[in-house]
Amino acid sequence: MARDRLLTLLAVSIITVGIVGISANDSETFGGFISFLTVFVTTVAIFAVFALGLNVQWGYTGIFNFGVVAFFMVGAYTSALVTKAPSSSEFVRYVGGLDLAEGLGPLNLEGLTGFVLGALAAAVASGVVAFLIAIPALRLREDYLAIATIGIAEVLRRIAIEEEGLVNGTRGLTGIPRPLHDLVSPPDYKYIYFGIAIVVLVIIFVAIERAARSPWGRVLKAIREDELATAASGKNILAFRMQAFVLGAMIMGVGGAVYAANQGSIVPDTFSHFFGTFIIWAMLMVGGSGSNRGAILGAYVVWGFWTLTGLIQPHLPTALEARTSYIRDLLIGLLIVVVLLLRPHGLMGEERRVSLFAGQEDKQKEPLAGAPATGSAED
Amino acid sequence: MVRSLTRTAGLIGRARREYAGQVEKAGTVGLWLLIGLLVVYGIVDARQYLVTGIIVGSIISLGALGITLIFGILKFAHFAHGDLMMFGAYVALGAFVGGGSIGPLSFGWGMIFAILVSMAALGAGSVLIDRVVYRPLRQRRSGTVVLAIASLGVAIVLRAIMLLWWGPDQQLYVAGIHPARDFPFDIKLKPDQIFIVATAFFLMALVYLLLFRTKMGKAMRAMSDNADLARVTGIDTDQVVMWTWIIGGALAAVAGVLLGIQSNLKADLGFTLLLPLFAGAILGGLGSPQGALVGAMIVGISQEVFVGIDLPFPPFGAPGYKPAVAFGILILILLVRPRGLFGKT
Repeated sequence: MARDRLLTLLAVSIITVGIVGISANDSETFGGFISFLTVFVTTVAIFAVFALGLNVQWGYTGIFNFGVVAFFMVGAYTSALVTKAPSSSEFVRYVGGLDLAEGLGPLNLEGLTGFVLGALAAAVASGVVAFLIAIPALRLREDYLAIATIGIAEVLRRIAIEEEGLVNGTRGLTGIPRPLHDLVSPPDYKYIYFGIAIVVLVIIFVAIERAARSPWGRVLKAIREDELATAASGKNILAFRMQAFVLGAMIMGVGGAVYAANQGSIVPDTFSHFFGTFIIWAMLMVGGSGSNRGAILGAYVVWGFWTLTGLIQPHLPTALEARTSYIRDLLIGLLIVVVLLLRPHGLMGEERRVSLFAGQEDKQKEPLAGAPATGSAED
Repeated sequence: MVRSLTRTAGLIGRARREYAGQVEKAGTVGLWLLIGLLVVYGIVDARQYLVTGIIVGSIISLGALGITLIFGILKFAHFAHGDLMMFGAYVALGAFVGGGSIGPLSFGWGMIFAILVSMAALGAGSVLIDRVVYRPLRQRRSGTVVLAIASLGVAIVLRAIMLLWWGPDQQLYVAGIHPARDFPFDIKLKPDQIFIVATAFFLMALVYLLLFRTKMGKAMRAMSDNADLARVTGIDTDQVVMWTWIIGGALAAVAGVLLGIQSNLKADLGFTLLLPLFAGAILGGLGSPQGALVGAMIVGISQEVFVGIDLPFPPFGAPGYKPAVAFGILILILLVRPRGLFGKT
């Protein structure tokens, strides 16, 4: 444990010192420096949402999703389509355009209502896609779902490109409404959005933490460890796996909504396998699957590493500079392999404490009134 | 909402269990009928697309064969196989020095040499990757899922090496225009495309001989059936694993080169290739070599013929929807007959 903590501390401090140091050195003004860090942390928060969604699927339940980008994409497009106003030009064609961001009159709340509704719509849409893909694939071996999710990611991207009237094809959607954007001048908007992204992350984190420590969460872990034994104790395996898969996908959908409003515009090429799936797997593996704190830490370390290499790039000799982006692709891949080989539990590792009530027996001798079946009885 | 979704899923699951036998029988018959219909349509009305489908299918077959062998022996889905194929294509590009042309082909003996170099390199490379990455995980008794994730890492690394070495732009083995020639039944074919099909079928025959006529092949089939039983009967399972990687890697190399000849080389194509590869392998039945060949051929033909059908709604008529056709086949087979056309129960 001590070595684990030391490693975590080392990784986090190298990333932090590196990013703060180099960006402070490169920024011309103090404002520029702060602004850079704000954008960095906002991006980490958005990636952390995806990593948390994947943690519900893979970390807790052992479901194997190689198409994270599919749910990311569905969430981003759905929220954009419901918050944007209908198209006013014949060259920009998309469905929806419910104008939830500005069309609600007194309920607008500076676009905040629209943003929340957009995120909910994104969650529902991603959940439905997950449900549909799970019907044929979830009851089979894990690999089949992985392939089916790769497939759905590829097919959805093709549909977005080919059906030009759906989401405006390769030109994509621009001017995605941003909540609270009228409160400050555009250059300062990132500080507002920083707050929004953090709030979303915290809400999802707290919700999953509670769910994971509930009887429901323990059934998921039991399924991951021993499906047969869990089935023998009367749990409907398929139903629990379905719930975890759909819930994870819904979280990814919300992540997509937060991403879309942050960027302001999305095109089909935004949703590549690399940024939508690979890097999120790397985050979860590095942080430690099965741990929500780990997922967030992993997002910080991996995106920090990504940003750091980007910052170092201009300081490198030209021959190396041109290839930096591929070298960091390489390192992301290596990171997954090395973590699996040397530290299968990642930086954090899974927590042993699995119940909201665990540890309370020490404090009070009497079991909690009205909660006789805490902890061990459920396991 | 989650609860109602769950209930629906439960209902579907129960219905499926109750009628599993009938569904599978009806599904299998329906599936063969569909395949037959597609081929007949291809012969009658879309010969050019059918022929292109056979070319693409024979390329996919070589990759799917590797996937199914690896799955049979090691029981995990090798997600680096698409990138392995592209890597093979690029190694051959590196080893290709030109050197005239054989008959009407656009390339000469230099290409045969390049293919052999790439086969050797990828055969050895795959064994090396297994020793460094997959074997330690197996020895630790990690689940097959962990191996599959490791293969995702390997895929990313291979892709990055290709991008580093050869850059992100499309490349060709031989530049220039190679006109297609007229054949009977209104078919146009390039000589290179005949080379592709001939090479693929030659290698399939070779693998068949190896699997069914040699001692190593027998050992491989035994281990695929039951690894523990194979081990106690004295089969050197390490040796079998090594040969599986050599064959899988070498086949992937050739498949990649043939794909490069048919279209072009692009470093980030590998992960996308997984969809037709696995659709073919699963359609035939994961673990079944004959199945992989037939399944991949069906996927290849369907992809092309569907594009040839002139209907005004997707996925017809739009080349962009080729992956959607492979995906449709995958979902269909998972629904009606997950063990595949030739898979054992």
